[in-house]
Amino acid sequence: MEFLDYFSNVFTFYHLALLIGGTFAGIVLGALPGLSPTMSVALLIPFTFHMKPESGLILLGAMYTATVAGGAISAILVNVPGAPANIATAMDGHQMAKKGLSREALHYCFMSSFVGGIFGVLILIFFTPPLARLSLEFGTTELFWIAILGITIIATIDSKSVVKGLLSGLFGLMLATIGDNPVLGVERFVFTDHLEGGVNIVVGLIGLFAMPQVLNLMEKYYSEKHPVLSTEGRSSLMQSFRYVFGKVKALSIGSFIGSLVGIIPGAGGQIAGLVAYDQTKKVSKNQSNYGKGEPEGIIAAESANNSMVGPSLIPLLTLSIPGSPTAAVLLGGLLIHGIFPGHEIFVSENTAPVVWTFIDSLILAQIFMLIIGLFLSRHSGWIMKVPDNYMAVAILVLAVFGTYSIGNSYSDVLIMVVLGTIMFFASKAGFSAVPVVLGIILGPIAENNFLLGKLIGGARYGDDWMIYFTTGTINVTLIVICIASITYGLYSNRKSKRST
Amino acid sequence: MKLMKITKIALLAATSLMFMHAQADYPDKPIGVMVAYGPGGATDFQARIATLASGKEALIGQPIYILNKPGAGGRTGWNWFASEASKDGYMLAAYNVPHFIAQSIVFDTAYNINTLEPLGNWGADPAVLIVGKDSPFNTVADLLSHADANPGSVTISGAGKFVGHHIAFLQFAKASGKDLTYIPAKGGVDALRLVKAGEVSAGFNNLSDSARSAADLKILAVADLTRHAYLPDVPTLMESGVDVDDSSVNFRGLMVPAGTPQDVIDFLASKTPDMFNDGKTQGKMKSTNSPARVMTRDEVIAMWNERQAYLTDLLAGLQ
Repeated sequence: MEFLDYFSNVFTFYHLALLIGGTFAGIVLGALPGLSPTMSVALLIPFTFHMKPESGLILLGAMYTATVAGGAISAILVNVPGAPANIATAMDGHQMAKKGLSREALHYCFMSSFVGGIFGVLILIFFTPPLARLSLEFGTTELFWIAILGITIIATIDSKSVVKGLLSGLFGLMLATIGDNPVLGVERFVFTDHLEGGVNIVVGLIGLFAMPQVLNLMEKYYSEKHPVLSTEGRSSLMQSFRYVFGKVKALSIGSFIGSLVGIIPGAGGQIAGLVAYDQTKKVSKNQSNYGKGEPEGIIAAESANNSMVGPSLIPLLTLSIPGSPTAAVLLGGLLIHGIFPGHEIFVSENTAPVVWTFIDSLILAQIFMLIIGLFLSRHSGWIMKVPDNYMAVAILVLAVFGTYSIGNSYSDVLIMVVLGTIMFFASKAGFSAVPVVLGIILGPIAENNFLLGKLIGGARYGDDWMIYFTTGTINVTLIVICIASITYGLYSNRKSKRST
Repeated sequence: MKLMKITKIALLAATSLMFMHAQADYPDKPIGVMVAYGPGGATDFQARIATLASGKEALIGQPIYILNKPGAGGRTGWNWFASEASKDGYMLAAYNVPHFIAQSIVFDTAYNINTLEPLGNWGADPAVLIVGKDSPFNTVADLLSHADANPGSVTISGAGKFVGHHIAFLQFAKASGKDLTYIPAKGGVDALRLVKAGEVSAGFNNLSDSARSAADLKILAVADLTRHAYLPDVPTLMESGVDVDDSSVNFRGLMVPAGTPQDVIDFLASKTPDMFNDGKTQGKMKSTNSPARVMTRDEVIAMWNERQAYLTDLLAGLQ
């Protein structure tokens, strides 16, 4: 219970100010496309340079917590996920907003984020030693199967037609092969210098979601006069609260999957959100409503991506192995403050006060995230009433600046615009952006881990390197889940065909 | 006619005066340092620490800001730097040796040691040979005798291809004459994970990161000419009987593109070693476990030339 001893360190004026400021800024930055949690934390690290270690870490922790939730605001209101972790939120969140339920959607989002976030931090506080050992069990071959599991849901995640889903996923996987491959040490499909750096996930995300939205809005503006939504939702906080806490199944699936993905090195919020969304959908009674504005979808995705935050620090703090891309950046933040990860970090006289103060501040960050988020929800309905032409320009400006800021690169902006234009026309033909992004995210994880596993397996078993992929409890479990996922997909596809 | 001629001459004189004036005043605005890796990484935060003191009047006299241009293992940023960055001394870049030299040999890049001018070196992070805590190997000899008995089965991880760890591996395999398998992970952190989880037999990784993780690892040897102050008990590879020199040591420092005026290069080269040696900077390097090694421009030029010749030879068979 040593975490209780350090709570008082958080309750100083300076630290509370950092927490509130960091949380507020995090929600706002998270909502801007391009400033993903990873990017926001990375940009903030130099600012913490001259702070005391615990102050710096409190600010970084608040930022990590809040940006993950903030990305849902833009996902819901304008159908542009602020970060890859919020892709699943956009699918149902924006549909709800279109029906005039934006306030409810935001309420659900922040409440479920809060539940997931607290769950994740509690896991971090109480289960670090056993889970740190478990996280080392997830190696090269396990990550390969996790990526394959993700790929099995590509076909059905957001498309009415399996063929179109598969084609979109394939397009994403192909985009992911562009550029430098670290395992092979070669450049592939680099036809112009602009493609040298490959297609960054966040560049792809902005291109595939924001650009088509800009073009859609312009098209709408010129073709029809759209009635302005008269409502932004009617529910009171209390009603939303009761609704969210009634959805025990979605909340617990989301929190559990998010925590599990958090401790797996190399996976992150994007995988947590999508897998939780898909699993909740599979066990839901309202399956047909998913993708059309089903609140459970938001609840599962948002509880998952926030519950990932705490557990992603477990391997980071104990083994110096980050549990998510953002935790990888946070490692740099720990090191510049002279906090070197290790099992003794929680007990050593020098580091224990810093680390426990940091973890305690994460609990408070969740609370502030909830309060500030709900406050903003009250006032964000006006975004739905902004005329289409102004909205298009605003999104375009944010998309261009957000893309440029990722690598200070003009090439990224070009890639974003080209991808977005292709996606705009493809969406007219019934293709969805979600499987494409999923392909960009999962492609490198699957490919690089396959190549590494083949090298390691080859050294161990010679020509029988496949043994390395098919032995071990976790590998076998994952293979079974993959087969179940494919079988289920085929079955439900046939069922829905028969019923129509 | 005459009047126009006079005006022309006067204008010419005025502009050249202005130009000279600008030279004499250098630097009169903040200076950028391009880092070819993302924010938060080792090169990024060391660059920020190393340039902390630049604002002091006795040093450069202007603050330095960092511009990150990550991508393709550093090639995106360095290509931009060599081909598009301004050559007026207001855009510097951080270099990583042997990375950029090895890349310029293997890939078709806009940069090589002839298109870049070093200013000074702030750090040197040697590669170390590590195994997991529970590994049966306790010395380099243990590892090599196992490799002898089981050719090809010994796997050694490192942070990708054509970086310091890979160079260390190539030297180690060549000098020991054993059949070893290189496992190129995506970055140093991932390569370290493979060793800690016991997926690979051993790994080459940064001395700084490995020394921090000493509880989960056994450090068998250092790929440098001398033992390191952080690990006084760990022998060098040469002491362990494998003839590997310091060619894989990750040197970090500052440079400008070739074509930058010579007086600007001279000015910066005279100030950077003092900037890196600033008391607060060195204290911060130490507290973050970043191994420092300050070198002057002339020393770096000699080091670059030596690496270029050696790496061209070593990588010749791999292209």
